[in-house]
Amino acid sequence: MKKRNIALVVLIAVIALIGAACSSSSDSDGGDFKVAIVAPSASNDLAFTQSMVDAANKLKEDGVIGEVAVTDGTFVVDDAAVAIRDYASKGYDLVIAHGSQYGGSLQEIAPDFPEVSFAWGTSADTFGLPNVYSYEAASDQGGRVMGLMAAALSKSDNVGIVGPIEVGDAKLYVDGFKAGVLAGKPSATVNVNYIDSFSDVALASEAAQSLIGAGADVLTGTAQMVVGAVGVAKTEGVLWFGTQANQTSLAPEIVVASQVYHWEHMLEEMINNVKDGTLGGELYKITFANDGLVIEYNDGFDLPGDVKKIGDDAVKVFKDQG
Amino acid sequence: MSIHLSPRNRRLLAYSIPVLAVFAALLFGAVMLLLLGANPFKGYAEMFVGAFGSGDALIATILKATPLLFVGVGIVIAFRANVINIGAEGQMVLGGLFSTMAALYLPEMHPIIMIPLVLLAGIVGGALWGWIPGMLKAYYRVNEILSTIMLNIVAVQLMAYLLRGPLIDPAEIERGTRIPQTARLAASADLPILFGDRLHIGPVLAVLCAIGAYYLLWRTPLGFRLRAVGLSEHAARYAGIPVRRTIALALTMSGAMAGLAGAVLVFGSESHRMVTDGSTMGFTGGAGFNGIVAALLGGLHPLWTIPASFLFGGLIVGGQALQRAVQVPSALIVALNGLVVVFVVAADRYRVRLLAVDEHEAAAAGTEDGETVTMGAARDAAPPGTDSYGQDEFDGGGEQ
Amino acid sequence: MSDIFTTAVMVAVVASAIRLAVPLLLASLGETFGQRSGVLNLGVDGIMLLGAFTGYYTVLKSGNVWMGLLAGAIVGLILGLASAVIAVTLQAEQGISGIGIYLFGLGMSDLLFQKLVGTPIPIDTFPAIHIPVLSEIPYIGEMFFQHSLVIYLAFAAIPVATFVINRTTFGMKIRAVGEYPDAADTLGVSVSGVRYATEIIGGTLAGIAGAVLALTLGIFQQNLTNGAGFIAVALVYFGAWRPTGIMLGALLFGFVNALVLELKTLEIIPRDLSNLAAMAPAIITILALVFVARRFRAPSALTKPFTRGK
Repeated sequence: MKKRNIALVVLIAVIALIGAACSSSSDSDGGDFKVAIVAPSASNDLAFTQSMVDAANKLKEDGVIGEVAVTDGTFVVDDAAVAIRDYASKGYDLVIAHGSQYGGSLQEIAPDFPEVSFAWGTSADTFGLPNVYSYEAASDQGGRVMGLMAAALSKSDNVGIVGPIEVGDAKLYVDGFKAGVLAGKPSATVNVNYIDSFSDVALASEAAQSLIGAGADVLTGTAQMVVGAVGVAKTEGVLWFGTQANQTSLAPEIVVASQVYHWEHMLEEMINNVKDGTLGGELYKITFANDGLVIEYNDGFDLPGDVKKIGDDAVKVFKDQG
Repeated sequence: MSIHLSPRNRRLLAYSIPVLAVFAALLFGAVMLLLLGANPFKGYAEMFVGAFGSGDALIATILKATPLLFVGVGIVIAFRANVINIGAEGQMVLGGLFSTMAALYLPEMHPIIMIPLVLLAGIVGGALWGWIPGMLKAYYRVNEILSTIMLNIVAVQLMAYLLRGPLIDPAEIERGTRIPQTARLAASADLPILFGDRLHIGPVLAVLCAIGAYYLLWRTPLGFRLRAVGLSEHAARYAGIPVRRTIALALTMSGAMAGLAGAVLVFGSESHRMVTDGSTMGFTGGAGFNGIVAALLGGLHPLWTIPASFLFGGLIVGGQALQRAVQVPSALIVALNGLVVVFVVAADRYRVRLLAVDEHEAAAAGTEDGETVTMGAARDAAPPGTDSYGQDEFDGGGEQ
Repeated sequence: MSDIFTTAVMVAVVASAIRLAVPLLLASLGETFGQRSGVLNLGVDGIMLLGAFTGYYTVLKSGNVWMGLLAGAIVGLILGLASAVIAVTLQAEQGISGIGIYLFGLGMSDLLFQKLVGTPIPIDTFPAIHIPVLSEIPYIGEMFFQHSLVIYLAFAAIPVATFVINRTTFGMKIRAVGEYPDAADTLGVSVSGVRYATEIIGGTLAGIAGAVLALTLGIFQQNLTNGAGFIAVALVYFGAWRPTGIMLGALLFGFVNALVLELKTLEIIPRDLSNLAAMAPAIITILALVFVARRFRAPSALTKPFTRGK
């Protein structure tokens, strides 16, 4: 290579470096509060991870947060631990460990960074540490509300649920939905099919087929692999209730409603606490009462008024409970 | 090959070929970073700093390299016997499960007894999961690549069953959250910390294993048998070596090393417990595959696998640091990992060829260059048709 | 509980088994060509994933499922060519380079999806075709004759593959190269040429298999195949390198999966034990491998790179 070429390459490199430095420092209109999210699935999963990433980005738009960093797809717990440590040591003010499986690691990491605030969910345990917040979603509430509506909508008195692995948030939702259906119609049949995978879309789709074959005319499901089940519901003309994120876009014809997680209110409160110097120690739970959970109806679906009233009433009961 | 190099330079070039292959893959990665609108210079600078640039980074790299080295050493042992073990993922899971069960069920004991016992349990678990495909290959002619793929599936389901059921943290049942993980395991089984908060004795054990493997392969009768089978099964059989038993043993030992890697992952983890997300990689971090690449980077030599694992560990840790620094999707790092594997494996041929030329010239000066070499150093001298990486050479059933 | 023995349930299980079997079947058939010529491609799952994404993305943009299938095939063809360069020309260790191709496909398909699409958007799927008369037959019709066109095409590919391998000159060359590459070479058959051809066929079919999966589900997601490509490779051994055997293997695998699913729906399998039930397909495959290995022999040159004059 000629000398001039080398000089050119160096020049380009320098320009590029400067450009990168400028671009990364120009987007901080929301103060200098920095939030990092470490999450197990993809940030566009239309489910658990996306719900938190969306909330953080919304707060960034609102100017509450200056910078959001995301490390998604971190299903290896030890890699998540490295990421959490790294963000904590790089001056992030709040590091969100968005997966219940990260708890054991966080318990070891948080004491090493007393100046940094951590949030861990879904869980209900801060390990008694002063710089750890915990958060969870009362997904059983939405499950119950939609279960009641499903019972009213089902003509065959048979409702099916597709689950991933029977753990955590998924189990809470599934149990709530099942209880809701049975409360609405004690004689109804509720079949639950946990496919033992968070990722097998094809198996989720066959599970939906199987539930429909067993007589279900209303389905629901939770976790990222249910996109396969929604597709089946759509072709078979069976109704669908979504959770974690608004799933109307997947099948506008048959999605009745979705329970949507709105972490932003909780997150904003958490951030204000951190700004005021309280780094942790509190448990948060998003519910209907604090507007963290919202039933988002599909406007395109012609929901009978009396069924919508069942849903609204059930939400009201939860809101009144506080 | 027209360029003439001195044997020493040729050897040097041979050993640097895998490293050059890594650089070639990173060049591809640079293009991808550019397309993603990220600055490759900044990215790779962050990658280097994230892997080697600070004490914390070095510790993270060493810890990441540890399972790679364990697995890599096992790969080398199997490869010398002309067996490829791509089942390390499942063997690591079994190692983790066995050692976890030992820690849960053994009574409280002094760490000096406890730690060797739990590690031994891990070795047993991995060895079992290596013995099954080894035995199936040696006695039932079942291709080990296929049996290990299936055994990985069985291992994952076994892990999910155990961690959701019999081994689950009782607190998880109480809370109703049911995260598939054990309780924090007995503190007496924690790997002793050498330095800082995290650097435990695992890396030292791995290096000792590498040295042990070197000793085993070149200084013991068993090592001789393994290498003899690897060089030529027919010749080994005529020499009275029990070929089938040796092959089964090679996979068993390879599995044992992977099992130890799994045990070290559990007791050296931040959380000191076993957790599953329902996949093997969620537990192993892909070390069962990447350990093979580390072994190749190290020229399938147990001692060279030590620095190779360190470099490859740095590559993974640095890749993750790159993702955090320039905020590209982490899927890029997975793709890049794949490219590194492909490039290293594809370039391996040239490494073997360079080394073979060396040997040829030493043996008979002036012969044609190394066109006769088969893949992998272990098979260099195998006459045609005898390297039964397939499965049909037993009982002389191969080539009639 | 005798629910499982009702005809309606069994009909549903069989129909489900056929749907689950088809992507495996297509990918396996492709892999068979490669293996019969002596090349193992363990990267099938990666190729399937990229085929699935391309197929999905093409349908998303064009609205035409057949265009999607074609796009998946083209990507598969390119990756098959790349696999051939790696395995045949560069003579890389086939078991390991395949893992690299898999990881590349896994990461790359996810990356493209995130950058080009974002969150999952449903696309049109292949419409189910009710074959006249046949689909009216009670039970049988519902099991076999109410599927989409690609499913019939996949099964039609089996006799074609058998014919090509056993009855054509090209097939004879494939078998020769896989069993006796030196002899084939002496007779003027280009060993590398044949292996390039079979790898390209294998890649193309893997790409199609991925596209069929995405276009049947009507969606794409990270790791959509969930390891189906590895099962497909195993099925080639399971089927003893014969298209009919592979079909039986794919159907058995699909059937066991569908049956376990059905048993879970009907709550016949206790939930605590469902993981143990999920091991069944893998364990059955291992046992079958033992059986197959006793009766059939792998192509002798499988996984062995060819160098002239050896």
